[in-house]
Amino acid sequence: MTLHMPPILVYALRRLAQAIPVVILIMIGTFLLLKLAPGDTVDALVGDMGGADAAFIARLRAEYGLDQPIWVQLWRYMVKLASFDFGWSFVYEQPVSTVLMERLGTTLMLMAASLSIAFTAGIALGAIAARRAYSATDNLISVLGLVFYATPSFFLSLMLMLVFSVKLGWLPVGGIKTIAAFYTGWDHVWDVIRHLIMPTAALSLIYLAFYLRLMRASVMEVADLDYVRTARAKGAKEGRLMIHHIMRNALLPVITLLGLQFSTVLGGSIVVETIFTLPGLGQLAYQSVVQRDMNTLMGIIFLCAIIVVVVNFLTDLLYARLDSRIELA
Amino acid sequence: MTLADTEIAPPEPPRYVMFWRRYKRNRAAVLGLVLFAVVVLMALSAGLIEPGDPLRRAGDPLTPPFVNWATPLGTDQLGRDVLAGVFYGARISLLIGVVATLVAIVIGVVIGALAGYFGGWVDDVLMRITEAFQTIPNFVLLLTLVAIMGSKIEWITLAIGIVSWTAPARMVRAEFMSLRNREFVDAARNLGVSNTSIIFREILPNAMPPIVVYASVIMALSILMESALAFLALGDPNYASWGNMIGQGRAVLRSAPYCAVIPGIAIILTVLSFSLLGEGLNDALNPRQKK
Repeated sequence: MTLHMPPILVYALRRLAQAIPVVILIMIGTFLLLKLAPGDTVDALVGDMGGADAAFIARLRAEYGLDQPIWVQLWRYMVKLASFDFGWSFVYEQPVSTVLMERLGTTLMLMAASLSIAFTAGIALGAIAARRAYSATDNLISVLGLVFYATPSFFLSLMLMLVFSVKLGWLPVGGIKTIAAFYTGWDHVWDVIRHLIMPTAALSLIYLAFYLRLMRASVMEVADLDYVRTARAKGAKEGRLMIHHIMRNALLPVITLLGLQFSTVLGGSIVVETIFTLPGLGQLAYQSVVQRDMNTLMGIIFLCAIIVVVVNFLTDLLYARLDSRIELA
Repeated sequence: MTLADTEIAPPEPPRYVMFWRRYKRNRAAVLGLVLFAVVVLMALSAGLIEPGDPLRRAGDPLTPPFVNWATPLGTDQLGRDVLAGVFYGARISLLIGVVATLVAIVIGVVIGALAGYFGGWVDDVLMRITEAFQTIPNFVLLLTLVAIMGSKIEWITLAIGIVSWTAPARMVRAEFMSLRNREFVDAARNLGVSNTSIIFREILPNAMPPIVVYASVIMALSILMESALAFLALGDPNYASWGNMIGQGRAVLRSAPYCAVIPGIAIILTVLSFSLLGEGLNDALNPRQKK
């Protein structure tokens, strides 16, 4: 059977099989975190009702399965997570999955914008710096990269706000759209873009610096390889050499990093979304910590982890397609 | 051909001299070392040279910088001395950075060494655990741990270490996998040296250089994480922290931007010093590596 499957499919299936234990471990991890946190669902429920007598609490515990052995509880929890049932949020008075889905779009939009800008600008600047290594241009780009890398996103957010909202008044200080303006069509799209400019800039700069440094090193390494020298000796023009011969291979380590970085960017969105009051998962995570809404927090962790697993899976497939040295089957 | 050519070469200078020669070749790294020394001095002298409690009222609220010599960098909205905050903030940042990095390196070395040395199912299990940790966004996990354990400074430091060990673990594992079948390890094994001794006495010292370089990255990231926590008001309220100062400065951003800008510059320079330090260490410890 396997003989007739295309190698990329075999590779995809094998890679998928590796992801399953990771997802199971994350489920166990969130369960442990929930158990470590002070108070359980029933405590929250009883607190919500303003207190109850011991018999009633015991009955509630039995109803929620909290009197069962820990293995049974873990199994039930994993079954629920697998069907994206994260329990009830006592802060929002809604199922956690509903709360998460309302917020997911904003975060994905912010991340897609930040990562694509960081990635394209990072590899472009990195390639330029590498081709003019040790020149003034390279020095300038490298110094900027180091400074961007050292600037915390929350500080950058405040400085952008200070310049572009407070002093110049060009951009809105927060939110995802102008409240009570009821824009439609392209006006609405433009309004959302204006609200996303500063958060995107604040979130992308540090990753831009990351890709820049990696790309510079990678291009410099590839440019020294024999096959590039051969192509040059055969008369390939520098521009063609860069795009067809060097970039293609220099991009490989950068693409791997893109998948790994996805989870850090999700973490970074907490600070940026909180500062710019963007109604996304990051802001929700912060509010859940402050309000001790553990069910919602665990839902966010699990959802983020699934997103990261999927993105890593896709980057690995992309990598396998791009790098012919990888044995697929 | 002169007589001098046949003479025996002078003995190589001691290792630390060689180290410093290689290190100082990178001028940016020397700048990093100077910046680092300044931060360390500020951390050590906090409370000695610059008197005053950073959390106590030192003058009129919102005194701008360079106006009153009792508070050279001005005061915030509660009249707290900004300069004192910067000095004490350096102490907290370095303390949390160093301890969290140690925690991360110790966990990373143990897990990476076991996985890389034994391979097989041990490697499989440990690597799946590492992947699971890597999959959960660091900062989300950090917030969760702080929500569970509380905002005491010890717990925050431990939590930062717990979310930072995966990268060193992978590096140590890779080093161990390439070193475990070398002749010196075989020789030790044939002499009957125990696994524990081989791991810690034979292989680990050879695997350390890249880890030492990477420690500077973890330091920088730990300091950034701590400041972000403090900015969000989830840090330990009993200590002055740069992140917290910026968070408070946000309220007066319009009228007194210096309250946020000064500690912000302190963070940037500190993190920058670690990045440069790391590059210098890399040049000095891995001299054969291509630049």
